[in-house]
Amino acid sequence: MNEASNWSIFLNAALINNFVLAYFLGLCPFFGVSAKLETAVRMGGAVSFVMLVASLCAYSINLLLDAINAPYLRIISYILVIASTVQLVEMLIRKLSPATFRTLGIYLPLITTNCAILGLALFQTNRGYDFTQAVAYALGAGAGFALALVLMAGIREKLDLANVPELVKGTAAALVVAGILSMSFMGFAGLGR
Amino acid sequence: MTEPELSTQPPTSAWSMYRAIVGIGALCALVIVAVYESTAARIRENEKEFLANAVAEVLPSARSTLPVALADSGRLEALAETPDLPVLLGYDTANRLVGAIIAAEGMGYQDTIRVLFAYSFERNAIVGFKVLASKETPGLGDRVEKEPHFLANFDGLDARLSDDGETLRQPIVTVKQGEKTEPWQLDGITGATITSEAIGNILNASAGRWVPILERDAADLARER
Amino acid sequence: MTRSELTSTDDFVKGLWRENPVFVQVLGMCPALAVSNTAINALTMGLATSFVLLMSGLSVSALRRFIPREARIVCFICIIATFVTAVDYVIQAISLELSRSLGAFIALIVGNCLILGRSEAFASKNGPGRSALDALGMGAGFTVALLSIGVVREVLGAGTIFGMNLFPDSYQTWTVMVLPSGGFFAMALWLLLFNGVRERQVEREKHVQEVGS
Repeated sequence: MNEASNWSIFLNAALINNFVLAYFLGLCPFFGVSAKLETAVRMGGAVSFVMLVASLCAYSINLLLDAINAPYLRIISYILVIASTVQLVEMLIRKLSPATFRTLGIYLPLITTNCAILGLALFQTNRGYDFTQAVAYALGAGAGFALALVLMAGIREKLDLANVPELVKGTAAALVVAGILSMSFMGFAGLGR
Repeated sequence: MTEPELSTQPPTSAWSMYRAIVGIGALCALVIVAVYESTAARIRENEKEFLANAVAEVLPSARSTLPVALADSGRLEALAETPDLPVLLGYDTANRLVGAIIAAEGMGYQDTIRVLFAYSFERNAIVGFKVLASKETPGLGDRVEKEPHFLANFDGLDARLSDDGETLRQPIVTVKQGEKTEPWQLDGITGATITSEAIGNILNASAGRWVPILERDAADLARER
Repeated sequence: MTRSELTSTDDFVKGLWRENPVFVQVLGMCPALAVSNTAINALTMGLATSFVLLMSGLSVSALRRFIPREARIVCFICIIATFVTAVDYVIQAISLELSRSLGAFIALIVGNCLILGRSEAFASKNGPGRSALDALGMGAGFTVALLSIGVVREVLGAGTIFGMNLFPDSYQTWTVMVLPSGGFFAMALWLLLFNGVRERQVEREKHVQEVGS
């Protein structure tokens, strides 16, 4: 049971405990596709979408596991069900809307086993969110991920033009930028109580 | 492995795919069940010990505890198993009811804070407090766990009921550090304002919910025991 | 030294330095950085990941002829998730406190790309012996990397190491290092150091070659 309001759950997941900047989840796509602003926006959209799907999956799996009293199957069923559902959705999108598929679709396989997706499922279970809370949490986490990704991409595009020592270029510079972003996001703490 | 080699491989039959997936599923199930079975007892013991240690800290006079919950009938009933956020009745060596130990949680500065506090029936006050889990900023928010003047609040934080026995007579509130004048006020911490206010809110909500029920039913339940 | 000895030491050592998973391949840090705020958390996380790496490496490699190519990913994920579940329960049985401070991040080992990566790239193509060595090397490299991040964060951020006080009380802690941003900074520092040393090594080798010729 959890009594937090939907709005505070949304704010918490998006800003205060941002998945990338506070939990270090989904760092691979974060550093991988944050070099260009446009790809970052698309990736953010794709991740938010998969998060919503994953959250719904996790909610229903959890109902089932509670009913048969099998908590030890949680990890394995989360990852398998989420991965296959995302793949089904991917096929569906390819069939129904090829245009959407071209913008989002290519990222979908990349993020199915991403730790941010699984993390969302596990955190929402640990906190005992009900259905609407779970949806709010997923939307917040997705928005937060997209925001962090877009901010990062904006900064990295500027950084490309700056005069940075050869040694620092690449991942090290990106890490420092992420650290500073993470620090500035700390200013959001205390919001949404 | 090179490309041409791959293409000369015979296509995998559906049967061998089924065999592999089902076979591996069975093996995995075996491993998971074996590990779960062999660790379950130990984990339950660890959890019991963790709770027992925390109880000993917040209500040292309690020797044994009984988990309780609100039944559908609106009365308090004893539980067979300790739930995740337990409410426990504490009994001393002579099996007399000395207090209740209540776990509660709420939003802090960073994330959810989970606390355990003890209510004394004799003094009508909160007499013990411990943070079970928090992610508050180290050096700032986490001072609620060890700052002596803050912990001194729980030498007896008034949680008296109003005359009708439905609510707390005075809500528990956090005041600025050094401005505590009434027994139901929580002396806050400068530099951990939001966290100490959050603790006040958690205590007020949880005590406001549980103390009226406990005062009404706990003695009856103790007699039945 | 025979040929086979050479390859087996090489299988182990490459994970420590030349192909260090964290500092060189920048793999598998997603679920790991979050619990590198203290040395003990980092060590536990490192060991847990190494165990999963070893066990899934062994299983994948032992079963590699039995797993058809088309179904391999789902089989690998299934095997990895099994061992992660096992590790989760074992840690809870050993110390509830440790398991609480690591929280859901133990379960998140399953999403660590390093493990799936090694299963796919190495264990599915090599025998159990070599796969075990490869997994041990990668695990050791991962643990050492995570531990070095954890030590830096704990020493600077809390003035302690494995919970023991290092400095007199007058030491002003760098709280930022135990906060999430500290994880990024500590990682960046080690990465820089690693890159710097490697660059020098390459230059020296080039120099030796030039002198030699």
